[in-house]
Amino acid sequence: MEALPIDPAVVAECRALAARVADGVGRFIQAHSTVSIERTVLRAYGAHGADPDGVPLVNTCVARLQAAGQLGLGAAHALGRELLRGAATIQEAAEALAYGAPPEPPGPGDNLETIRRALAPYTAEALAVIDRSREHREADRERLGTGPTPLKYVIVATGNIYDDADQARAAAQAGADIIAVIRSTAQSLIDYVPIGATTEGYGGTWATQENFRIVRAALDDEQERLGRYLQQVNYSSGLCMPEIAYLAAVERLDMLLNDAMYGILFRDINPRRTLCDQYFSRRVIARAGIVINTGEDNYLTTADAVEAAHTVVASQFINEAFAHAAGLPDELMGLGHAFEIDKGLEDSFLLEIAQAQLVRQLFPKHPIKWMPATKHKTGDIFLAHRVDGLYDLVGVATGQSIELLGMMTEAIHNPYLHDRFVAIKGADYVFRAARHLGDELRWNPDGLVVRRAREVLASAHALLRETVEEGLWSAIARGVFADVKRPETGGRGLEGVFARAPEYLNPVLEALEETP
Amino acid sequence: MSPPHGGDDDTRKRAAQPIRAYGDRMGDGAVQLSFTLPVAASARAKEAARRYAEGLGLKHVLVTAMEAAGREFSFFVVYGKSDIVIDYGVIEVPEVKSAERTPKEINDVIKKQLGRRVVVVGACTGSDAHTVGIDAILNMKGFAGDYGLERYPWFEAYNLGSQVPNDVLLQKAIDQRDDAILVSQVVTQRDVHRENSRHFIDEAKRRGVHGKQLLLLGGPRVDHKLALELGFDAGFGPGTKPSDVANFIVHRLLQRRGAPP
Repeated sequence: MEALPIDPAVVAECRALAARVADGVGRFIQAHSTVSIERTVLRAYGAHGADPDGVPLVNTCVARLQAAGQLGLGAAHALGRELLRGAATIQEAAEALAYGAPPEPPGPGDNLETIRRALAPYTAEALAVIDRSREHREADRERLGTGPTPLKYVIVATGNIYDDADQARAAAQAGADIIAVIRSTAQSLIDYVPIGATTEGYGGTWATQENFRIVRAALDDEQERLGRYLQQVNYSSGLCMPEIAYLAAVERLDMLLNDAMYGILFRDINPRRTLCDQYFSRRVIARAGIVINTGEDNYLTTADAVEAAHTVVASQFINEAFAHAAGLPDELMGLGHAFEIDKGLEDSFLLEIAQAQLVRQLFPKHPIKWMPATKHKTGDIFLAHRVDGLYDLVGVATGQSIELLGMMTEAIHNPYLHDRFVAIKGADYVFRAARHLGDELRWNPDGLVVRRAREVLASAHALLRETVEEGLWSAIARGVFADVKRPETGGRGLEGVFARAPEYLNPVLEALEETP
Repeated sequence: MSPPHGGDDDTRKRAAQPIRAYGDRMGDGAVQLSFTLPVAASARAKEAARRYAEGLGLKHVLVTAMEAAGREFSFFVVYGKSDIVIDYGVIEVPEVKSAERTPKEINDVIKKQLGRRVVVVGACTGSDAHTVGIDAILNMKGFAGDYGLERYPWFEAYNLGSQVPNDVLLQKAIDQRDDAILVSQVVTQRDVHRENSRHFIDEAKRRGVHGKQLLLLGGPRVDHKLALELGFDAGFGPGTKPSDVANFIVHRLLQRRGAPP
């Protein structure tokens, strides 16, 4: 579509302001770590399994180190010391930490370089596993190719991973490109990753390494039959954000819901915890070549989509800045936004176009994630289906990259198999019919769309300036984003945040930070 | 479908009124439906869909569309006619009853007749993480142009958010001596909303709140009848506006004081 006439100087300034917002908490992030980051390090080194009660080994290790007051040095420090003291394998070292004699403090011979050297082959292998998974994915994608954009993204959420796999196949057969398995409703708030295949969940299916494998195997098989690469999505969010990022990286997931602020605002997870966790998880995600999906669409489910449009844009700039700071290139940033304006409003379609085109233009290389109407769907499936038609039209005309297809049964139930089919068929029709619509249209320089886009950008700019002045902690506490107020030391998971000791060791993070 | 505010006229005896679904003519019994069968699309599958619809009690079945919704799934759109007749006259459904006041009138009546602010607390309880319903009722912004209870000067509204344990919500309500407690249940998979609502009522009884503070249930799969069955004072389904809830609460509080509601 023709570019909207907006001031590039304002855009550049928004970007610079957002970078300052991220910088403002960067020092905190660099000086701290979290229990979930340390558990991820242990996983990356190869520690695995759980005790008879299902408590993962990595949780027990980290909990014990924390109780012994040694976590400030990092889990890698303790693991390396066990190796130096004779543990034959990583697993043996981790089990000693978890189940053996109480962890001893470092002795005089335990200098950082010796420990780092003991860990070196395992550190190299930890990175190699991620790299091999990435190469595998990229080879498949190269060989089979992906569909035209907007890519069609649907969700499955049966609670039973085997049913999810069947539904994922059916959706792919109907034309879906991307399958997200929705997580069980409270998983973001539990501080461990469950183990094994699961067949019971509420509102979705547990995210486990085995469940990732089951869906990937189904898609691997299905994509060969269809001759089209199929993508899998899950959630790197909540208290186990870094661990899920790692499990997704090694199981070849393609996309992860991952947001710098979502967990703070919508799951009441402690802000410090979230900002540390998003940094580490994005380091993993960058190395793995996974596309993140940010959650700005959610702002519009609590705040009004017309009044709060600028908070979406401001948050996208902030998410971009945090992602840059964690080494993620633009091409992996699926910044989110949504078609959530009140359908009773005159010219709501024009306001949606203004927003969609503005976002497309502000983030030109980014695989933008476009989300459907949810809030103003009430169970009238016929009206909802028509709303989704307009949504699809804006999506294709403004060149959105990833489109989560709207479901006519939104607000009724998790999609039935044919709800997805009907959505895909409808989107295919609109995308085909309006494929080059965007090339034909020119903006009215004095019209509503241009005026609205400028207004939203100007408000986003003002909000970013305010956020720089008061700092991100304070802005979040004041309810600037999504009308939700979260104090810096409130919410869940603060007890899992700790200051890195001067001798803190994390060779996995160091290697990730060296990734070009 | 907002809960209608009726008078007290539904107790009078109604005449029999037999009705059927209306398509094109009175009494034709025409219905439409769509469903998926777990077989590949084929002439056999289409016949299976027709028979399935007949099995549901439809006559003159017309399978107007068959689509391959996957290799092993076919999707059907079906029309048919049903002989079923129901008597509308005997149908009784409990409705939330209250006067229909505007937000300004609600505030005025609280000020004049109660002379103190009405305190309410709400949350999405259990494992439910979806605050869209409770936010629409309580938060400043409201829903569909109808302001939330936070914006009413004579209401004091607390929104505890999502995934709040039932006993935490009740404790807060006891501590604050709330007039009303709002429980929102959005996730309905395998009837988790009923289970959790029952638990809430059990807990409310145990703590002696039941019958004292007003207990309101809301959510997409909630209606007044279900709420009453579970032991709540009222239930609010999809499309409920904050002023519907405010009207109900004020109506009941006035009733309790013996004031004209």
